[in-house]
Amino acid sequence: MDRIPILRIGDVLLVSIQIDLQDQIALALQDDLSNKIVETGAKGVLIDISALEIVDSFIGRMISTTAAVSRVLDAETVVVGMQPAVAITLVELGLTLDGVRTALDVDRGLALLATALRSGHAEAEADVLAHE
Amino acid sequence: MSSPTSESAATLTLPIVNDGDVVRGRQAVRDLAVAAKLSLIDQTKLVTATSELARNTLVYGGGGELRASTRHESGRVGIEVEFIDDGPGIPDMDLALTDGWTSGSGLGLGLSGAKRLVDDFEVDSSAGHGTRVRIVKWKR
Repeated sequence: MDRIPILRIGDVLLVSIQIDLQDQIALALQDDLSNKIVETGAKGVLIDISALEIVDSFIGRMISTTAAVSRVLDAETVVVGMQPAVAITLVELGLTLDGVRTALDVDRGLALLATALRSGHAEAEADVLAHE
Repeated sequence: MSSPTSESAATLTLPIVNDGDVVRGRQAVRDLAVAAKLSLIDQTKLVTATSELARNTLVYGGGGELRASTRHESGRVGIEVEFIDDGPGIPDMDLALTDGWTSGSGLGLGLSGAKRLVDDFEVDSSAGHGTRVRIVKWKR
């Protein structure tokens, strides 16, 4: 079975979905990402879906679950590059991707993650100081 | 089954027995929608509805087939897709069309969501007699 490659850049795992996604490949990606977060200690996950021509309820659920699992594993997920026609269809279908952060493109997604990670560090340092 | 008012063109029939068939069904319906010059948004809605319904055929119907064709009716053109299975059928249609209701592990958006994405939507099903869903998206 095909697998979607996961690239690591610093603290961020980058996934770009470039194929028409079968259900089993989507599920495998969800598992692979969770394992990779734990293995690498990544703090951010960026999923580029600009090449996806549709997001149906199955893929939508995969995205929501991945975001929820990453959060539990102390990583932030940002989904980038959704095509306008896909966004309109997704909302009409009834999916709103609650709890999933989105950005228009990879650049903006990385910037969003960088900000989230910085404020995360700041909070952690504040906690440490408060306990000292 | 065909709609009495439509002039039917060649019908493309594809088996739906695994994940890969769902993807092939989406691609075949996309090709027809592009050829019929549906707008990108209408193509996306039709292909998304196809994906939901083909997955239902596979997961709930135990597999079946997809039939797609281009229809010409009173000067307009549309893409018709049918999903046919011999599975357990849908005992309670109103319930099955309720957002968020699912008999399986899905989100319960497949049938109700697909209905919102297309222009014509018909389900013919009863317990023990399989399911046939027919959808049409017309060019605007």
